[in-house]
Amino acid sequence: MAAKTIHAIYTDDDVLLEAVKRTRAAKYHIKEVFTPFPVHGLDAAIGLAPTRIAIAAFIYGCIGLVVAIWMMNYMMIVDWPQNIGGKPSFSFTQNMPAFIPIMFELTVFFSGHLMVVTFYLRSRLWPYKKAENPDLRTTDDHFLMEVEFDGDERELRELLLDTGAVEVNINQK
Amino acid sequence: MSLHHYEAPIREPLVIGEKSYHDISVDVGAPILGKANRSWWIVFTIALVAFLWGLGCIIYTISTGIGVWGLNKTIGWAWDITNFVWWVGIGHAGTLISAILLLFRQKWRMAINRSAEAMTIFAVIQAGIFPVIHMGRPWVGYWVLPIPNQFGSLWINFNSPLLWDVFAISTYLTISLVFWWTGLLPDLAMIRDRSTKPFQKKIYSLISFGWSGRAKDWQRFEEVSLVLAGLATPLVLSVHTIVSFDFATSVVPGWHSTIFPPYFVAGAIFSGFAMVQTLLIIMRKVSHLEEYITVLHIEYMNKVILLTGGIVMVAYLTEYFIGWYSGLPYENYTYLSFGAATGPYWWAFWALITCNLIIPQTLWIKKFRRNIVWTFIVALIINIGMWFERFDIIVVDLSKDRLTSSWTLFSPTFVDIGIFIGTVGFFFVLFLLYARTFPAIAQAEVKTIMKSSGQRYKKLRLDHENEPIEHVDMDPSSVEPSANIQGEYFTGKADQKTDSDSAQALSHKKIGDLIGTVGAFDPSEQTADNLKKISGVGPVMERKLNQLGIYTFGQVSRMTDREYDLLDSIIGEFPGRAKRDDWAGQARVLGGKK
Repeated sequence: MAAKTIHAIYTDDDVLLEAVKRTRAAKYHIKEVFTPFPVHGLDAAIGLAPTRIAIAAFIYGCIGLVVAIWMMNYMMIVDWPQNIGGKPSFSFTQNMPAFIPIMFELTVFFSGHLMVVTFYLRSRLWPYKKAENPDLRTTDDHFLMEVEFDGDERELRELLLDTGAVEVNINQK
Repeated sequence: MSLHHYEAPIREPLVIGEKSYHDISVDVGAPILGKANRSWWIVFTIALVAFLWGLGCIIYTISTGIGVWGLNKTIGWAWDITNFVWWVGIGHAGTLISAILLLFRQKWRMAINRSAEAMTIFAVIQAGIFPVIHMGRPWVGYWVLPIPNQFGSLWINFNSPLLWDVFAISTYLTISLVFWWTGLLPDLAMIRDRSTKPFQKKIYSLISFGWSGRAKDWQRFEEVSLVLAGLATPLVLSVHTIVSFDFATSVVPGWHSTIFPPYFVAGAIFSGFAMVQTLLIIMRKVSHLEEYITVLHIEYMNKVILLTGGIVMVAYLTEYFIGWYSGLPYENYTYLSFGAATGPYWWAFWALITCNLIIPQTLWIKKFRRNIVWTFIVALIINIGMWFERFDIIVVDLSKDRLTSSWTLFSPTFVDIGIFIGTVGFFFVLFLLYARTFPAIAQAEVKTIMKSSGQRYKKLRLDHENEPIEHVDMDPSSVEPSANIQGEYFTGKADQKTDSDSAQALSHKKIGDLIGTVGAFDPSEQTADNLKKISGVGPVMERKLNQLGIYTFGQVSRMTDREYDLLDSIIGEFPGRAKRDDWAGQARVLGGKK
């Protein structure tokens, strides 16, 4: 396939959003959009599936809770039960109220950290990772839409300029 | 311009001035990309000296023993735990601002959340120092972790609130850190892309984790921020609750109190906001961020101070009443009692009442609330008052225990004072370094509220009241980040064309045509030339050429008669000049010289 891409640069988020909708309506494939800040409704306009990272966070939290329960039950009740200050540790149910703070903390700890790690891995963010925004201005005040196309560029170029692009560049790959 | 960023005109703007998106990048980047001024170096040196002094006192404490502090057998907790609770309390405002205010969709948080979070992290670091050195043998500090140890795996005691503290504070510190850093990534990337010094660029590439700002990244970013806010909100409440358990689960009169958890949390937010005010009032001046951290922000924070100060006041009065109503002689010596007000610690009692109860009430008056100097003074007074609150709870309550013969007073040694001053110095060292190296305002977030809350756009909306509103939101606040609102309210009738639209389209077509022949400018590989060197091109013309996407001599040198005509028809000024002065020929010469 002739993998040619065209970069259309915009300077306004609302103009970009309309441009994305019109480009999609004209049956072009939007490969990527780079923006300096979150543009609301953009993910839906491009047709991105909703993120499932919140579900992952919930699962991680459940794991944290289970780890906390297992850990305290093993250490306080099973492995070495003691009678501290007249409060014997002989059954989990009776000791459980004292375990609630750490159950909560570990739930939050697991959920928060593992979610962030998941985010960094899925979005490929880590130290020494090279940035991939094709134009340096997209972290400042420019919005870049990358569109794939086959064959004649003229029609697409007209469309993009008509949607309010301030620059249109073609990349031959 | 689209009108779907509606916000009621009666609301004051959160960003002052005629700001474009680019202006925000410039303003936020300025303290980092520029040089430090003299006042920064002076304050930094003072803070560093204080820090080193404190470090010396810590080394002295550890090498000699806790005996160098002013503790005695009656008062076994004093300055160290006072300072610990004070710092942890200060560390509550950051997460409150970034998490709770995010859940409540308060846009004003965006100008202050970054610095408040930084303050949180630095304050919790200071807090952590005290329990560790109070252990006496910090090198065995890892014994607080649930790991098998050399005593045949005698595990740690999960019934103890002091151990809950270990879990709560380490969770709080690390979660705050990742929350802060994740929010920083787009802003560090902005600095990376704007920096021109190779070493600086390298550093910011490293710490921005290669953030590129793809639509999918932003989608995840917002979801992660929202979920982290949801997690951090109960977390921040749990941390000071657990700190209060250190006292509330004991049987010391004055400590054994069921209202401690909510009262400590309110007090923590109260003191944290006071510290945010203290820092930001200075920072907005030094870093020239007055247009982002406005008087309105200061007033909002003062309102939070009033609310939490009110909760604290109710708690004080309750404690005083219960102490009196119980009729117990021991309760007459708790930190909020007639005995404390008239006893040997009367000065500490009245410092607490004056600083926390009386002076903050002046903020009920709008004039005072919006007065920056007065706010700064009140914030300092609250910082002092909240230190005294913890001192009173710990030292006053312990000074008169149940055995009359062991009643005594506490006097700090130079080591106690030195370590405290050292942590203040350390805190400011960290904060000052932060102010010079990190974007102090969440610029990506602020850009999202420009159209709703920026002064410029508010004015535009006011001036063009009768323009048809294409986009209407059911709830104006739902266009906030993390709202992820989709659906009918975002799909306006954008295809309606006006005359000016098609005129614009025509000129865009011409621009595209022009750039198509002279070639596009790629800022990642090329650098812009000084087009003013071409005779006939002044600053105005250069700006116009730049707006069209012409930045280099190479582009100009490719212009022919056809392009000159196109240029004239787009710009409409000085027709024929480019041809007369032979810009292309000049540019070829200038381009060849490089």
